Amino acid sequence: MQFALLYNETPEEQGRRDTADAPAYWGAWSAYMGAMAAAGVMHSGQGLLPPATATTLRTAGGKWQVHDGPFADTKEQLGGFVILEVPDLDTALEWAARAPCAGAGSVEIRPVMPPPPAG
Amino acid sequence: MEARRIAEDAARTAYGRLLALLASRSRDIAAAEDALASAFAAALQHWPVSGVPANPEAWLFTTARRTLGAARARAATASAGEAMLAQLAEERAEAAMPDFPDKRLKLLFVCTHPAIAEAAQAPLMLQTVLGLDAARIAAAFLVTPAAMGQALVRAKGRIRAAGIAFTVPQPDVRPARLAAIRSAIYAAYGTGWEALTTADGRLAGLAQEAEYLARLLLAQLPDDPESAGLLALILFCEARRSARRDSNGDFVPLSRQDPKSWSMPHISEAEVLLRAAARHHSPGRFQLEAAIQSLHNHQRMTGEPLSAPLLGLYDRLLAVAPSIGAAIARAAALAQAGEPAAALAALDALAARCTSHQPWWAARARALHASGKRDAAQLAAARAAGLTTDPAVRAYLLSNKFFSD
Repeated sequence: MQFALLYNETPEEQGRRDTADAPAYWGAWSAYMGAMAAAGVMHSGQGLLPPATATTLRTAGGKWQVHDGPFADTKEQLGGFVILEVPDLDTALEWAARAPCAGAGSVEIRPVMPPPPAG
Repeated sequence: MEARRIAEDAARTAYGRLLALLASRSRDIAAAEDALASAFAAALQHWPVSGVPANPEAWLFTTARRTLGAARARAATASAGEAMLAQLAEERAEAAMPDFPDKRLKLLFVCTHPAIAEAAQAPLMLQTVLGLDAARIAAAFLVTPAAMGQALVRAKGRIRAAGIAFTVPQPDVRPARLAAIRSAIYAAYGTGWEALTTADGRLAGLAQEAEYLARLLLAQLPDDPESAGLLALILFCEARRSARRDSNGDFVPLSRQDPKSWSMPHISEAEVLLRAAARHHSPGRFQLEAAIQSLHNHQRMTGEPLSAPLLGLYDRLLAVAPSIGAAIARAAALAQAGEPAAALAALDALAARCTSHQPWWAARARALHASGKRDAAQLAAARAAGLTTDPAVRAYLLSNKFFSD
């Protein structure tokens, strides 16, 4: 079964990427991602730059409305995601609990939608 | 408010006793829980107004049983039977007894009956004996509250449907059934041990609850050496709990802990229990594990290396209760005893089952380092760091301290 793990970080946690604490921050994430890759459960995944780099687009009556920043400001921000190939939700939860952001932020686990029925 | 406090006290101390008594004949744990919950609600409503009864527990028991009786009478109109009448008569006779019989041991046997899914046994025990709610138990066992709720409902349904009796099993099966109780208590303790190490403390651990259950079991079976061993093991671990973090919240391995920061009352109690258990000359898994912790403590307190006796204890432990954890710990002891090649060979034999097992990768990293394979050791330590759920342990595994300790 495929699950998406969406890693939500607090702004403070994500801010560590640009401080003297960066080696510890990246060390924790690369160890975690490396363990998933080595266990053969990782289908794909990406990290994301902070919400300040986001551009949001909406169309209304054929016109583009573009603004800087994320769609909504929230306490936690999406820092990245992976798609896991694991037998069940319990295994997905085990991997989610190992994420460096599981303590201060959160991990949202969503089953990947199966293809819609044909015809 | 005084009445509220007494009701809450009674809820904490008498919950399991009352539930065991209410459910023991009907075998309907869910109905007994509902009745007990409404009795506690009634107490909170009545006691502040009309005063706290002379015997709060008796009041709660009578009130809950009245609710149960009414529910049963409604259910019985269609399927009335002599069995139910006999049961009511029996309960009336019991109510006349001055003291409540303590049926919690029987409740422990029910919760760990082989017909109940093993994963549900410890949660069921925590809920029925201590009255913990499903959400709290779910958090400790790392499953969703809904899944835990379903597992508990299924287990209770099974007890009623399969007719699992509230009895102490026959002598021929008793040792195996007692072992199941001890394993479930230790499983509950294990979740607490890990959970309480999380920095944010969001997961309220169940360590104290498990210690309570181990004490309860030993109080019911004072002559059972393995139950004494279980409590001793829990106390040894509890003694060192706070020493595992320094003032910055950083992880401190046993080899770096200051014995002065251990809880001596816990250690003394554990040593006394262990010595008394040893007089039965019937060592088992928990006595051996407790003895191993005792040796680790001595090694740290006296500085005297005790590798040979430690390895001997691990061998005996693996002979009576083979487990991945014990096999890894034995390999770690080998590495510490200056035999990294033997340690690596022992770890290699477990590799297939340990792809994503953090303690195996940490032990392997140490053994590789001791064999002079520095690069491989770094990779193994990083793999272990990626597998832990504990931020302090993760930071420790990624730091230089890990290899210098």
